[in-house]
Amino acid sequence: MVKPPFSQEEFLDTYGPTLHYAPPGGFSSVEDYDALVDTHCCFCGQQCGIKLKVKNNAIVGFEPRYDFPFNKGKLCPKGIKRYLQGSHPDRLLHPMRRTEHGYQQITWDEALSETVTKIQEIQAKYGRNSFAMLSGVSLTNEKSYLVGKFARLALQTANLDYNGRLCMVSAGAGNKKAYGIDRASNHWEDITEAKVIFIIGTNIAECFPITTDYIWRARDKGAKIIYADPRMVPMARTADLYLPLRCGSDSALLMSMLHVIIRDGLTDEAFIEAHTTGFGDVRAAVADATPKWAAEITGVPAAKIEQAARWYGEAETGMILHARGLEHQVKGVENVMSCANLALATGKIGKPGCGHSTITGQGNGQGGREHGHKCDQLPGNRDITNPEHRKYICEVWGITDEELPGKGITAQEILNEIHEGKIKGLLSICFNPLVSLPDANFNREALNKLEHYSVIDFFLSETAQHADIVLPGSLQEEDEGTTTSGEGRVIKINAPVTPPGEARRDWEILLDIAGRLGRGKYFQFNNTQEIFNELRLASRGGTADYSGITWEKIVDTQGIFWPCPQTTDEGKVTMHSEHLDDRHPGTPRLYEGGKFYHPDGKAHFNAVNWRESAEVVDDEYPIWFTTGRVVSQYLSGSQTRRIGPLVDQFPHPKLELHPRMAKQLKIKTDDWVTIQTRRGEVIIQANVVNTIRPDTVFMAYHWGGKQSANLLTQRALDPISKIPEYKVSACRVRLASPEEQAEGERTQFLSSRTEKNLPAGYNLAERRKELRR
Amino acid sequence: MSDFRFFVDPIRCIGCKACMQACSECDTHKGKSMIHLEYIERGASTQTAPMVCMHCDLPTCAAVCPADAIKRTEDGVVQSSQAPRCIGCSNCVNACPFGVPRYYPEIDQMLKCDMCYDRTSVGKKPMCASVCPSEALFYGTLEEFQSRRGGKPQNSFQFGAQTITTKVFLVLPDGEMGLDMDVISHMDARFEPDAFDHLDPFAHLELLPMEQPQTLRGRL
Repeated sequence: MVKPPFSQEEFLDTYGPTLHYAPPGGFSSVEDYDALVDTHCCFCGQQCGIKLKVKNNAIVGFEPRYDFPFNKGKLCPKGIKRYLQGSHPDRLLHPMRRTEHGYQQITWDEALSETVTKIQEIQAKYGRNSFAMLSGVSLTNEKSYLVGKFARLALQTANLDYNGRLCMVSAGAGNKKAYGIDRASNHWEDITEAKVIFIIGTNIAECFPITTDYIWRARDKGAKIIYADPRMVPMARTADLYLPLRCGSDSALLMSMLHVIIRDGLTDEAFIEAHTTGFGDVRAAVADATPKWAAEITGVPAAKIEQAARWYGEAETGMILHARGLEHQVKGVENVMSCANLALATGKIGKPGCGHSTITGQGNGQGGREHGHKCDQLPGNRDITNPEHRKYICEVWGITDEELPGKGITAQEILNEIHEGKIKGLLSICFNPLVSLPDANFNREALNKLEHYSVIDFFLSETAQHADIVLPGSLQEEDEGTTTSGEGRVIKINAPVTPPGEARRDWEILLDIAGRLGRGKYFQFNNTQEIFNELRLASRGGTADYSGITWEKIVDTQGIFWPCPQTTDEGKVTMHSEHLDDRHPGTPRLYEGGKFYHPDGKAHFNAVNWRESAEVVDDEYPIWFTTGRVVSQYLSGSQTRRIGPLVDQFPHPKLELHPRMAKQLKIKTDDWVTIQTRRGEVIIQANVVNTIRPDTVFMAYHWGGKQSANLLTQRALDPISKIPEYKVSACRVRLASPEEQAEGERTQFLSSRTEKNLPAGYNLAERRKELRR
Repeated sequence: MSDFRFFVDPIRCIGCKACMQACSECDTHKGKSMIHLEYIERGASTQTAPMVCMHCDLPTCAAVCPADAIKRTEDGVVQSSQAPRCIGCSNCVNACPFGVPRYYPEIDQMLKCDMCYDRTSVGKKPMCASVCPSEALFYGTLEEFQSRRGGKPQNSFQFGAQTITTKVFLVLPDGEMGLDMDVISHMDARFEPDAFDHLDPFAHLELLPMEQPQTLRGRL
């Protein structure tokens, strides 16, 4: 089908986004609740502990969870208002079929029959891999594992990938190359023991707010902070050393810092000799990477680069933290390996206060990437191309090697093949690629070419609007399971309420489809705990080993850090999860004693040479364009753009630009501007701030439609991780014409509806003014 | 009297507004936030400043209230106006040297931060200091604060001839003396057209390719 069967205004009235403000039953119910249930916030990889207030099978509010050790009651605005996604007026309550006249309510039986018939038709006609599945890592570990098994054994397709592909795959690939395992190196408590913290490409205050406290606790003990970012983000404001590097120049800065460390004799030769391989190549690769050379590329003064290198090299202990700024590049893996080279050359890893961690962005970004819903991976972070790994999983699943599909293609490549007409059918869950993948116009064309698309979602997201069959699924608080936080801590998600209306739990929907495809014998689960127990068995012996973790143990200890392997002989060979033991205490800190996870037990240096980004500025597109987040929104905004108080905090995307550029372009704050790249254009309002490099503009990416930053970004991928280059594009900016401004205003007007029937005296206008000022 | 004190440390504030969102969840002022948070000057900095009631030892708001509607508890917490007494005159709003009380026409009453009296009076932390991700808002004893953290807590303020001491501490950065509230020092950046330049952290950078105006002008 070509387009959603509604005008935009009609669509808004029915499916939102509606800005939701009041808990069910109104505000009076808030101190009147039946239960306070321990669980976690679903809105980033830190997975803060939270208590939800429950009354009459609905979430009515929150209370800080002071006893959870990671955040001790602390929350960002998303955590506080997350409860408003429950009882939301936009919630999908029954299965739907899209017709030319609108969405038609159908029964579950009709919806699933049609989905299954289409899967079978398309696979019979074009081959099994012509039906693809897209998944996401806001799902629990149980559901992530289930999706991996479902795609391989029920759909029998190789083409399964997930939205972690847009999140932390560069870090995952870089970590595996350097250390042989993919996890943040330390539990966060170790940050407080560091004497120097080098932060590059992560807006910690807005994307991982609770982490700011760990950094301040280190600073209170005398730690120095080095902050590298093209924007002076809130934490960079107080940094001891701020390096305003040009976007895309990270590896030049990192190479140059290593050059200085080697030149000044700050390497830990004993550590390098005993615990690593490949330093000779790295030494040669950075031989010419002088600070003067790097200064020209990065725009950071050479003296500051020297200072950063010496502070990091000389300090007794040190941590490196990074996130998408450094990873969302065609050099993402190289940048991560460059950070690892710094940590390894100075021996700053595997000790208290020493480590190198990516900060995972998505709710279950860490756990979701371990159990097999990546196209190249099997449970336990196993490699789908490795015969031994395949053999073990085949044994657990009770299948032969021929029945297990091979390596598929990655998320953006799946959209590319849909566009080419090679992939004809799609089932997706927990993924909103129309907002979150780059080059949105291209992806919209692709979705319109599908012969069949079924979606499992709880709101009708921008992407779900293109689906033929809509299957209403569950929110985090409606389905029990576990997730793994950014520090590698496996934690318990509780489900105090059931899905509303006819909506069903995601795992039940998948099991139903598997049964209808005649593959039910592989999916004999009565609850998600049984799925977890099979996951334990399937992960045993892999690098991400969960076999020694039980739900009960997680609850008793406030979370277990993997790897948590078997300790008994029986546990190491049994094929029955009930025989697995749970004695291992977990591993908060990796690499202690210089033990790494490569077969040789050593860490590997990886030489990186400087190269440019996929697109660089030129006369036609002279300005660097970069993207990121704001604190009150999460990912593609499918959930948070429906929560009124969060939207009021940052209602629409704005273009940040420096006063010097603004003066040249005659732009003032709140002027409407048009931003153009080779992919598309966006019309939004300007925010003139001197906290950004004067050669760079910034826009947050949480919005869809004409307000989407990903209309501008490019589909260039990292050759190893296949992460798209969101953070570096070339654009041009000018004042919008009156016609364009009118269009921009109309787009803003049509971006959401405010909830009707707000309680008397709520005084929304005042509330909005307060939050926005 | 409780040993617990409230500390406001704007240096650590990240502007996330978790404090406001959490405050607005309280059932006594549902949907309204009693804590305020402001960008000092977004054009020039990401510095933000959270503002709770400072809970003065001799509260000016109570002193100017013609209806005697503002009470201070024995443990030094200055309460919101008492509904039956408040006449909605806004004297307190105008008089408070910290700009804290707000008049809400929909209920014809002044409301302000009462340090979560429902929570603190039963030993819980105030909501804003519970959730603050960076501990820019901190609730604990003075000893605990000083043993853990840098910065100088101060609770004596000079407004003209009036000296005010407060229950809440404002934390000053180490190495700076006093509390300079000279408005003039904040003014030039706002009113001179090129005044952002002296705050420019990128002043060392080369001019950009786009400095050649013709490449862009053609498109304007």
